[in-house]
Amino acid sequence: MKERKLRVMVAKPGLDGHDRGARIIARAFRDAGFEVVYTGLHQTPEEIVHAAIQEDVDMIGLSSLAGAHMYLFPRVLELLRENGVEDVAVLGGGVIPEDDITVLREAGMKKIFTPGSNLDGIVQWVKENIKPRS
Amino acid sequence: MSLTYNQKIMDEIKEKEKEWENDLNEAFSVSPERLERFITVSDKEIKKIYTPMDAKSQDFLRDIGFPGFYPFTRGVQSSMYRGRLWTMRMFAGLGSASDTNRRFHHLVEQGQTGLSTAFDMPTLMGYDSDSPRARGECGKCGVAIDTLKDMEDLFDGLPIEKITTSMTINPPAPFIWGMYVAMAEKRGISRSVIGGTIQNDMLKEFIAQKTFMCPPRPSLRVITDTVEFGTKEIPRWNTISISGYHIREAGSTAVQELAFTVADGIAYTQAAIERGLDVDDFAPRFSFFFNSHLDFFEEIAKFRAARRMWARIMKERFKAKNPRSWWLRFHTQTAGCSLTAQQPYNNVVRTALQALAAVVGGTQSLHTNSLDEVLSIPTEEAATIALRTQQIIAEESGAGNTIDPLGGSYFVEALTDQMEEEALEVIQKIDDLGGMLEAIEKNYPQKEIADSAYKYQRQIDEKVRTVVGVNKYVTEERMPVEILEIDEALEKAQVEKLNRVKSERNHRKVKECLETLGEACVSGKNVMSPIIEAAKEYATLQEMCDVFRSVFGQYRDPGIY
Repeated sequence: MKERKLRVMVAKPGLDGHDRGARIIARAFRDAGFEVVYTGLHQTPEEIVHAAIQEDVDMIGLSSLAGAHMYLFPRVLELLRENGVEDVAVLGGGVIPEDDITVLREAGMKKIFTPGSNLDGIVQWVKENIKPRS
Repeated sequence: MSLTYNQKIMDEIKEKEKEWENDLNEAFSVSPERLERFITVSDKEIKKIYTPMDAKSQDFLRDIGFPGFYPFTRGVQSSMYRGRLWTMRMFAGLGSASDTNRRFHHLVEQGQTGLSTAFDMPTLMGYDSDSPRARGECGKCGVAIDTLKDMEDLFDGLPIEKITTSMTINPPAPFIWGMYVAMAEKRGISRSVIGGTIQNDMLKEFIAQKTFMCPPRPSLRVITDTVEFGTKEIPRWNTISISGYHIREAGSTAVQELAFTVADGIAYTQAAIERGLDVDDFAPRFSFFFNSHLDFFEEIAKFRAARRMWARIMKERFKAKNPRSWWLRFHTQTAGCSLTAQQPYNNVVRTALQALAAVVGGTQSLHTNSLDEVLSIPTEEAATIALRTQQIIAEESGAGNTIDPLGGSYFVEALTDQMEEEALEVIQKIDDLGGMLEAIEKNYPQKEIADSAYKYQRQIDEKVRTVVGVNKYVTEERMPVEILEIDEALEKAQVEKLNRVKSERNHRKVKECLETLGEACVSGKNVMSPIIEAAKEYATLQEMCDVFRSVFGQYRDPGIY
């Protein structure tokens, strides 16, 4: 049976308004043939997880360039666990120092893409590593 | 109206150019040109060479002229840097008000000549440090300001009657400005003496920077209140910093940055005139803020075109008579989006080139980014190098010796003309849509920017565009750079401070002030005086912002990509 299209969410948690990268990645995912849900700005972790469940996504990509990722990213992971949907893969991107990446990966994030990552590389990684949940 | 070149000379130049082109074609048939296309960072194609032919329809006095004289292509003041250098104004903000106060003192001691404040995300978005929305964000990308107490601590020991202060704040601009005025008056400094700028430019928020609170139309009404108030009460204050910086950071081209910024300026001017204000009263206190990006010459042409465009628009479209109404005075920041996380020391070079472009382009004030900007808030050391960059340009490079050094360059003059022409076409499109407010509601500038940003990224991915250290000259080796970290304990301390302030203030007076503010919002009375009164009573930022939200509504990002 042919695998269904991957459903991918691109989310902007917290108050950070830097959305240039998130919007470019959402477009690249759409061009790559994924079903994309872009949450828009200023989403609380609760809103993101609620939408992720509603839209039945396979993956959430979190974008943060304003320094609040060490609270926001783990909070999303925590809420996914609380809601019994910890099989949704969580990726991250933005301004995230090396030391924080280590901690976030240990907390359960599958991958963090840092500045300078290229679109084809990101899309390729997702195609190879993220599968539809059902 | 005479032209600078005569026909006989033009014909001789054309002949010689043909000879040169033949020579070139021979050379390229042996070994082709180095690149397929020679483009600026905005994807504009640049010719092999520029000659007087490229400026043949220019009239020196009409189009270029002298600094301080219409149309100001060469600079807004007659003396420019021969009289006084640009203001070295380093954007700074981190952690608590005391942390930032320390950074302010350090920068002033190291020679900066103007203050510039970066606020944290909760402050920028109108939330207090104890709001659930502020969790994890307190002090992380700028200073946390909740009440007048924080404002007092922020400027402690700084001579604000002598030095001007810029504050990068948008939806909560009236409240932050109110706190600043209250702070000054408590120190016995009159509002007729304080000088500075509030960014206060909501149109570009909807287009690019995206700090949101109330929807576009009420936001414009509030901005007009601040313009009206500032014009009457705070004569040395720039009421708006009409910004292109963020539009460029969001991914626009140089022409789009120029056009959208000037179009925003047109919208603010129009709104103030409709309020019944005299253009010659408020326009002299409109200021601008541009990006200085990677392409050295394109940026210089952009700055020159901006001055000439604004002068012509103010004089011809808005019939301003006061020469100061025609002046486009601007602050510049070097392009944050051009810096790389890879090989961060390369960023010192990028910033230096961009700063030089801003100086050669005649900026009134300048912020230079730090090498670690891509990784975190700058360390003191990195910020100091950025300041030294300006000082080296000022004292060692000779760039400030003559006014408009690239005036008369066939290349720069041709590029200036081109930028003006292309930007005016975009402004015409916006006028056809009904003006900037309507254009924003139709998502026109937002979509243009998203398209430019996507195209730019694709060019980098396909290596059509080189980014040194990222897609060329890549090394595996990591260069150690110490990164500034904001202490997690700060948030708790800030909340405790906020609670203390709340417990010590007069609750009844705060309540009354907020009610008065609400009434002004509804009735259309100017909001600034009620805001200053509320600030003096230590009303919190969010308490005041919530009054706006309850009357004007909360805007949500439409999430278009």
